[in-house]
Amino acid sequence: MIGARIKRTRRGDYQLRLPVEERDLLRSLPGQLRDLLGTDDPSLHRLFPPAYTDDSEHEHEDEYRRLMGNDLEEHHRQALTVMEETVDADRLDEEQLAGWLGALNQLRLVLGTRLDVTEDMYEREMDPDDPSAPAFALYTYLGWLQEQAVAALSDG
Amino acid sequence: MSTPMPVELEEPGTEEVIEPDRPWLVIVWNDPINLMSYVTYVFQKLFGYSREKATKLMLDVHHKGRAIVSSGTRERAELDVFRLHEHGLWATMEKSE
Repeated sequence: MIGARIKRTRRGDYQLRLPVEERDLLRSLPGQLRDLLGTDDPSLHRLFPPAYTDDSEHEHEDEYRRLMGNDLEEHHRQALTVMEETVDADRLDEEQLAGWLGALNQLRLVLGTRLDVTEDMYEREMDPDDPSAPAFALYTYLGWLQEQAVAALSDG
Repeated sequence: MSTPMPVELEEPGTEEVIEPDRPWLVIVWNDPINLMSYVTYVFQKLFGYSREKATKLMLDVHHKGRAIVSSGTRERAELDVFRLHEHGLWATMEKSE
């Protein structure tokens, strides 16, 4: 029995209790996403959303992109690096777990965009003949792990 | 949907001049990917809202499609939008009607 993968300790840091198979699964994901950042791949849309509700604010929108775009990408990259560098760790400090949380969320945003997920998909039975079933299983696993990261960080 | 009300930033000590007539509103939109627990956590972390207030805002996003999470000058709102984008939330800003 492994139980919860991420747990807050009494010392105030976090235990990362991941079986080796899961670490191996997670190991390559940050690098894959990093290779995608900076490209115009449409699945990145949710990582760089527009800042203004109204399309007619394009001057402000362009300014936001120019001033903040690089910082936003850098923030995303840093989270991916934290997850990559600590994928074999048994303990994480709060900042590192926040990095994991960010990286997991990015991965789900990109994968979820590719899968075109909808809210009712979560209640549906997975069809084993659906070619996107493995990707959806990965998406579900990442969400399960992210839930635990949120719970551990909120448990303070 | 009920009439949106601007949410006051709980930031004592800032000497920023808030445009009293038409402030900018920061909106978070519903999306099928972000976890409800995560959205609540981000509202608490970024804005210092209580769990109750953050949960209520998250449920507004979920049920009404959008919620106003903060308001203020354009610069202030842009910074909040940026911080929400850093956390992967679907946030935009608009002038209050």
